[in-house]
Amino acid sequence: MSTQFSFHGGVHPPENKQRSTGLAIQTAPIPAELVVPLSQHIGAPSEVVVAVGDPVLKGQVIAEAVGRISVNVHAPSSGKVIAIEKRSVPHISGMQAPCIVIEADGKDQWCDHQGLDDYTAISKQALIDFIRHHGISGMGGAGFPTDVKLHLGDDHIVNTLVLNAMECEPYITADDMLLREHADNVIKGIEIIAHLLNPHHVMIGIEDNKPQAIRALELAAKNTSLNLDIIVVPTIYPSGGEKQLIKLLTGIEVPSGRIPADVGIVCQNVGTAAAIYEAVYEGMPLISRIVTLTGEALAHPHNMRALIGTPLKTLLDAAGVNEQALYRMVIGGPMMGFTVDDQSIPMIKTTNCIIAATYAEMPPAPPANPCIRCGMCEQVCPAELLPQQLYWFAKGKEFEKAKHHNLFDCIECGACSYVCPSNLPLVQYYRFAKAEIREEESEQRKADHARQRFEARQARLEQEKIEKELRRKQRAEDAAKAQAVKKDKAELHSESEQAVSAEPDLKTLKTAAAVSRTKLKKAQKALQNAEEKGLEGQDKLKVTVTELEAKAQAAQEAYDQALNAPAVSEPVVDIKQLKTNAAVARTKLKQAEKALAKAEESGEGDLADLKAKLVEQKAKTETAQAAYDAAESGGQSPAQDSAKLDELKAEMEAALGKVEKARKALDVAIAGSSPAVEKMKLGVEKLQSKYEACKAEYEKETSQNSSVTIKPLSAEQIAALKVDAEALQAKVAKAQTALDQAVASSSPAADKMKAGVEKLQAKYEEAQACYEQALAPSTGSNTSQLDELKAEIETLSTKVKKAKSALVNAQASNSPAAEKMQAGVEKLQSKLDQLTQAFVQAGGVPVEPEPIDPKALKQQVSIMRTKLKKAQAALDEAEDDNQSELKAEVERLTLAHEEAKVKLDEYEKIQLDKAAAEGVDLKQLKVDAAMARAAVTKAERAAEKAREEQTDDLTDIEQQLIVAQQKSEQLNQTLSRFTD
Amino acid sequence: MDYILIAVLALLGLALAFGLLLGFASVRFRVEGNPIVDQIDSILPQTQCGQCGYPGCRPYAEAIANGDAINKCPPGGQSTVEALADLLDVEAIPLDGGVEEEPIKTVAYIREDECIGCTKCIQACPVDAILGAAKQMHTVIVSECTGCDLCVEPCPVDCIDMLPVETTLNTWKWDMPKPGVQLIVTDLRGEVAEEGAVQ
Repeated sequence: MSTQFSFHGGVHPPENKQRSTGLAIQTAPIPAELVVPLSQHIGAPSEVVVAVGDPVLKGQVIAEAVGRISVNVHAPSSGKVIAIEKRSVPHISGMQAPCIVIEADGKDQWCDHQGLDDYTAISKQALIDFIRHHGISGMGGAGFPTDVKLHLGDDHIVNTLVLNAMECEPYITADDMLLREHADNVIKGIEIIAHLLNPHHVMIGIEDNKPQAIRALELAAKNTSLNLDIIVVPTIYPSGGEKQLIKLLTGIEVPSGRIPADVGIVCQNVGTAAAIYEAVYEGMPLISRIVTLTGEALAHPHNMRALIGTPLKTLLDAAGVNEQALYRMVIGGPMMGFTVDDQSIPMIKTTNCIIAATYAEMPPAPPANPCIRCGMCEQVCPAELLPQQLYWFAKGKEFEKAKHHNLFDCIECGACSYVCPSNLPLVQYYRFAKAEIREEESEQRKADHARQRFEARQARLEQEKIEKELRRKQRAEDAAKAQAVKKDKAELHSESEQAVSAEPDLKTLKTAAAVSRTKLKKAQKALQNAEEKGLEGQDKLKVTVTELEAKAQAAQEAYDQALNAPAVSEPVVDIKQLKTNAAVARTKLKQAEKALAKAEESGEGDLADLKAKLVEQKAKTETAQAAYDAAESGGQSPAQDSAKLDELKAEMEAALGKVEKARKALDVAIAGSSPAVEKMKLGVEKLQSKYEACKAEYEKETSQNSSVTIKPLSAEQIAALKVDAEALQAKVAKAQTALDQAVASSSPAADKMKAGVEKLQAKYEEAQACYEQALAPSTGSNTSQLDELKAEIETLSTKVKKAKSALVNAQASNSPAAEKMQAGVEKLQSKLDQLTQAFVQAGGVPVEPEPIDPKALKQQVSIMRTKLKKAQAALDEAEDDNQSELKAEVERLTLAHEEAKVKLDEYEKIQLDKAAAEGVDLKQLKVDAAMARAAVTKAERAAEKAREEQTDDLTDIEQQLIVAQQKSEQLNQTLSRFTD
Repeated sequence: MDYILIAVLALLGLALAFGLLLGFASVRFRVEGNPIVDQIDSILPQTQCGQCGYPGCRPYAEAIANGDAINKCPPGGQSTVEALADLLDVEAIPLDGGVEEEPIKTVAYIREDECIGCTKCIQACPVDAILGAAKQMHTVIVSECTGCDLCVEPCPVDCIDMLPVETTLNTWKWDMPKPGVQLIVTDLRGEVAEEGAVQ
């Protein structure tokens, strides 16, 4: 038979095959230790099913197939598993891989094994599984699991089955010897494969350098019913390559990147066919194979049937290796095989040849010279590639270009390297380039995978974020709803609301407690200071400290109480707001009244309209006032009072400070005989009066706080009017003084000033009238108003008295206002009568004696004193014609002053007695307080002086000043407690 | 005069027609997103390590498309820089932070005895390659790990190691043949002479 086809290129290396065909196949000795790698094939490594120490029989499964491309691994001989570990395996890298190490017992005892009586009786699937379970994989070179190839009939139309008996590589004679001795088995194996794949045509390709094998095959083929052709082809390397073989036998070229099955061809090795026969007919798994042992270093090169896992050393020894001559061991052929160093490496299912070469036989590769672009490589390439170009691309790492030049069609046969005159390791370059490209691709796959995972994670996180936000919103809504429900409930239960409203009280109480604590500490410090420095008033300080202690405790207690039972306090009404409202209303009322009065005077405008407005305004004022009073009488909490008191006190103290400063300044001025002395004096007095007013207010507040009696209803209003009137009076007085001064200095503005004074006087009278008017309508029959009425009566009577005295004065001085005054007095008298009547009607008992109101008394006295002083000052400076009038005024004031003073003295006496009862000498205390104040002034002066001179002991002085201030403050406090 | 007018009108008409055609095409065949970003992204190693200063590979790809430097990807190494330079037709510049040979591939490994189960590494992992739950031991899914070492920093007990990926028979690859081990004789002599000079 002759070939009709040929493939491109090819080489004719020296064959060296006769050397190992001289002897028949011999059985290799069973080694002491069999090393069976788990991965002897392409695909996933098998999974171990034995444990260390397990006894195994020959042919027993020791590792099972995992996944589709995988086969079982069997024990090559009987013995014991002594290790499952990494051992060196036949691989180009020389790396280690997991192996099962079996200690052979030498008995070589088979497990139960049985072939199939009739493989055609069972299904094809069952037959393929049978083959798979017997561990059959390709024996040619790559070790592809055979069962996968046998499945190709499922999804491909297999027209031709090609059996590869080429064995084109030099040195190797394993298939040749197999065919010579076991051609029948091979044919029977082919029959099984053909049964599974059902091809139209079976071809056995064999090179013409194996005449004995060809003859044996032809003999064996006579007995088969298959459409079988034995095709003898000329010897040329690499005719044994799958694609080259197919081209050679059928003329069909397998497209790049496809498998032969795509063109209806399946290729199998004859060794595989023999293994299938053994498995199917005899039930023998693939535990041994025929391996060629050859090379110059061996004494008896021949083929051996050796057990899988037999170390190379055992085989080499059996072949009579000459260790001295052994230069290198090659597994596989000289063209495609690889060099190994380790003799303990086991042989595996794909090991078809072991070459023990001497130095002369396989010298080291000669040094590579530069490519001379001879193009010989291109001529021998069986894949019709451009090896030279691929070399350049691989060397320059231009893998993309190499890929475009069909690098992956290279079968790495080594023909190009074989012919290269420059000894370039071309195949190594291609392998390197292929590995790089494969790795790049796998990296790319991995990167894509990572990106997918990353994006999926990002999407998930985003989703989670959105869900979280939704949940948060939901929660907020729920909370709002719950809050609303709670609020509704709270409105139903006023108690809880009260608890809420009690909070500010608590705060003020807390502040009060804290303040008192701080004060106590200060006092204690001052006391200590005093003791250290031996200052006077230590006893007093001690007393103060004890008192403060008591106060602090009381404040704390009050706070605690409030904290414990906060719900008792009454609903808070904005008293301040009410007060403001009332004040505003009052002001409006006043304005309206003024407007009315003006209109009446000038006879202009719509009187009726104004009057109506006035009435309306009055009503409004009364409502506001009533609301305020109600709130104050019922709702003012002690804490608020105390806060107010503190405020007043602070004001008072500030005023005091101012007075002192002014005094000091005055002293300085007097010392320096400054021209401004007089003015300053006036200022001082003014300040003094202010301070006293402040103090009076404060004291009033305090007394109000301490007294439980309900305040008369419109007292506030009346008081306000009164204040207005008094303020006006003061203004009048001031203006008068200024006028007098102006007259004295014969200033040209005197006339103008006079007019101003008169105007002021008129205003004052108006205010007074308003005040009286305000008093008039507030009559009522309620018992609560009785007190008010009484107070009014009293004030009126006082006024009547005053007016009368004023009238007398005026008459005495022949004043033109005397008649007017008389009219006023009469009016007042009538009003008083009216009031008294109303009071009697209301059910009250007319009272003659005035109730003692120390605050008012004191205030009155101080006001009187101021007025008196002012009047005297005015008198001193007044001209002769005015003197009589002024004198009368002074006398009147003196009278009033004395009257008030008597009352005050009476009261103070009572106070003194009270203080004495408590063991404190009020007078002494007063003196102490005054001294302390003086000390403060002194210290202040000293500090100022020190500041001016910038002396070093400034801090000392300042310290002293602070101490003095503290002392003064304490004493004042103590004093104010008693003078309350 | 007429010829000129006809010519001008004809050209105007053509300009109008092609302008309309181009305008329609730009609307009808609009490309969604920037295609160059996808190309750059496919070159980047997708470790999502953030060593470039961007939160992941795609943001860096976008930054490169907007003109950022191409040499900020240490996991990609010089080969990535070259690939990017090739794609963008710019000069290949050395890797930022010094010339570094191909980076050694690593995977995270959790010393499981020391793991306290804080889940911090799980939150840090950009590709969900760490498995575990609160107060349970964590472990790395090696096949999913990109070796970005973002999980090392957050570990409170420092039980995460970055181990180099072990080469197996499947991942083993051929090295580049060493070129010119023994060159021509004159060169060889030169090398020897040089060695002698050094000594």
